[in-house]
Amino acid sequence: MDALNGRIVVLAGGLSHERDVSLRSGRRVAEALRDAGAEVDERDVDASLLPALRDDPPMCVLPLLHGETGEDGALREVLELLGVPYVGSEPAACRAAFDKPVAKAVVARAGLHTPPSVALPHETFRELGAAAVMDAIIAAVGLPLIVKPAKSGSALGFTVVRETDALPGAMVGAFAYGDTALVEKFVEGAEVAVPVLDTGDGPTALPAVSIEPDGGVYDYTARYTAGSTEFVVPAKLSDELAAECARVAVTAHQALGLRDISRSDLIIDAEGTVWFLEVNVAPGLTETSTVPLSVQAAGLELGELMTDLVRTAVGRSSR
Amino acid sequence: MTREVQPRSATRLDSYVDRYAARTKGMTASEIRALFAVASRPEVVSLAGGMPNISGLPLDVVGGAIYDLVRTNGPAAMQYGSGQGDPTLRDQICDVMRLEGIDAHPDDVVVTVGSQQAVDLVTRIFCDPGDVVICEAPSYVGALGVFRAYQADVVHAEMDEHGLVPDALRQAIAAVRASGRRIKFLYTIPNYHNPAGVSMAPQRRAEVLEICREADILILEDNPYGLLGFDDEPHRALRADEAEGVIYLGSFSKTFAPGFRVGWALAPHAVREKLVLAQESATLCPPSFSQMAVSSYLANHDWQGQVKQFREMYRERRDAMISALEDLMPAGARWNVPDGGFYVWLTLPHGLDAKAMLPRAVTARVAYVPGTAFFADGFGAQSMRLSYCYPTPERIREGVRRLVGVIEEELELRETFGTIAGEPHGSVERGYESPNTDLS
Repeated sequence: MDALNGRIVVLAGGLSHERDVSLRSGRRVAEALRDAGAEVDERDVDASLLPALRDDPPMCVLPLLHGETGEDGALREVLELLGVPYVGSEPAACRAAFDKPVAKAVVARAGLHTPPSVALPHETFRELGAAAVMDAIIAAVGLPLIVKPAKSGSALGFTVVRETDALPGAMVGAFAYGDTALVEKFVEGAEVAVPVLDTGDGPTALPAVSIEPDGGVYDYTARYTAGSTEFVVPAKLSDELAAECARVAVTAHQALGLRDISRSDLIIDAEGTVWFLEVNVAPGLTETSTVPLSVQAAGLELGELMTDLVRTAVGRSSR
Repeated sequence: MTREVQPRSATRLDSYVDRYAARTKGMTASEIRALFAVASRPEVVSLAGGMPNISGLPLDVVGGAIYDLVRTNGPAAMQYGSGQGDPTLRDQICDVMRLEGIDAHPDDVVVTVGSQQAVDLVTRIFCDPGDVVICEAPSYVGALGVFRAYQADVVHAEMDEHGLVPDALRQAIAAVRASGRRIKFLYTIPNYHNPAGVSMAPQRRAEVLEICREADILILEDNPYGLLGFDDEPHRALRADEAEGVIYLGSFSKTFAPGFRVGWALAPHAVREKLVLAQESATLCPPSFSQMAVSSYLANHDWQGQVKQFREMYRERRDAMISALEDLMPAGARWNVPDGGFYVWLTLPHGLDAKAMLPRAVTARVAYVPGTAFFADGFGAQSMRLSYCYPTPERIREGVRRLVGVIEEELELRETFGTIAGEPHGSVERGYESPNTDLS
């Protein structure tokens, strides 16, 4: 495949809680792109970014910012204003995907299973009395459950609650990351991640990666400590289940209007039901992330794949 | 693009995962470390790091000295040197220690790569897995990391505004010995403590020396901040009154510059011999270039005048922080007023947890180090270390203002949910969370 003739700006860092993860993704992808023959600049997101993009427009921007600004569509909105081609979903789709309760509602309307949940702002607990609201949540959602910030990634602020007494602390932990918390029924089962790619021929699921953290919970430490989680790729699934996971991930991608790349996180319960948990519009591409494993299992090179995505983005902007 | 699906494989993304030493358990990614990635951005007022503020250093003088060093003595400066360290520098180190009442011979000094390496070497030659080191509560996070690396158990002894509490030390010694374990040394930072910000009172020093003498316990006296007091002459070192029972650690990181990585240990003769051997196996020798640069600086520059300037700068910043805390902090928060060094130890209003609050603080663009980092046993949740050494007085006040906003939001949240900052319950995984490397 021909090398790209132009400079790619890889954006990584930012001010979100996931800055560190983003920097790791950025380094890895920049290296892979260079290996594929691309000219790459790595940039943080700060006040010097827009003048730099304006004064020396790149061929394409590759936003690898995780968390707010990067995944909530804000930065992409600005890139649209500047008319700079970029890889990934449009701002409105990002906003919906990054807001977990909204994303769950959208995919549920598309016919996917997603665990019962409730999303509430801190204010509601204060106005109505936390104890009464938490009682109602437990009665409706049941134990065990998961508490997480409505808008965040990398399992930051995420707690599995198995006993009623642990719920207040878990709520406080989630509210440290944002004003709204999502409380979701904890579905026991096999956790899998399924990337979806679209390089111009329609969205296609890559092989599912199963995730088996040593401690049983795929929290921040399990995600970013090499060696603490076993990944199996392609996941050990029957052909039917593998196809169902792919269908769910592609359906979520389409229902939310995403483009180029996404990663859906799913749980397969004992009955074989595939549950949608969340989708990421800027999935982690670090040394311990699932997407690069899946890319490799699909017989692809990360650098070539990212080059293809860039080519798609550039082609889209020139139409 | 090739698209040939590869055969199924299982991976842990680390092919050495089954081969690491047991001591690496706990060397994991953590949310806290991740959050500190944001603290390096200029938008964030970092009251977290302990980086010395060397903006006042006369870089032209330092540059000239280094130029002269290369020109006149380059081959020696760029060659291996003695494992014990440069003899001229060791002589000068004795002059430095004399300011704190220590009468030492250069033969008993071992130059190290910062005093951090001295903590490592001392622990290496004394501690077997399961041995006990008694530390103040709280204690320096970098030392706790070393003790953990050598699989030593840390037992904390309480401090108050006058430093280590003698009765707490007695109780810790008795409890450890009753459990059948061996105490290898007491690790203490008597002056302008990191992180507690307090200094050991003179009468306490005599009592601590006496307790350790009677119990036959070696003292590891870590003194990186000793010349950075705001008010008086330097405190008298423990080592000044006890030569055989104290290993003294010093550093040029705060009095000159940390980038040279030059510190030292002053040890009883037999210990010194082992430290030199340990140093040789660790690094062959401390870096000649750095040692000779420091030596030249000490010889040719008014370094004590420079330290006086540093003290004035840090005092101004201390005043800014204390003034902001007094003006802005909500009721229930408590803090000490340090008389030297870099740090204020702040205890939050009842029910708050500094570690749980950190994401909110990062969102508000202010950073601190949660108190749990300074305990080996999970305590310290209600406290935090605030560092005033680096930001300008204006930024310090802004940082405190942001922090107060965070605390008020957290108080409201805690009021809603009624949760209480937890000290550890039941079985606690021993560990520490070093948020960054600039904590010395």
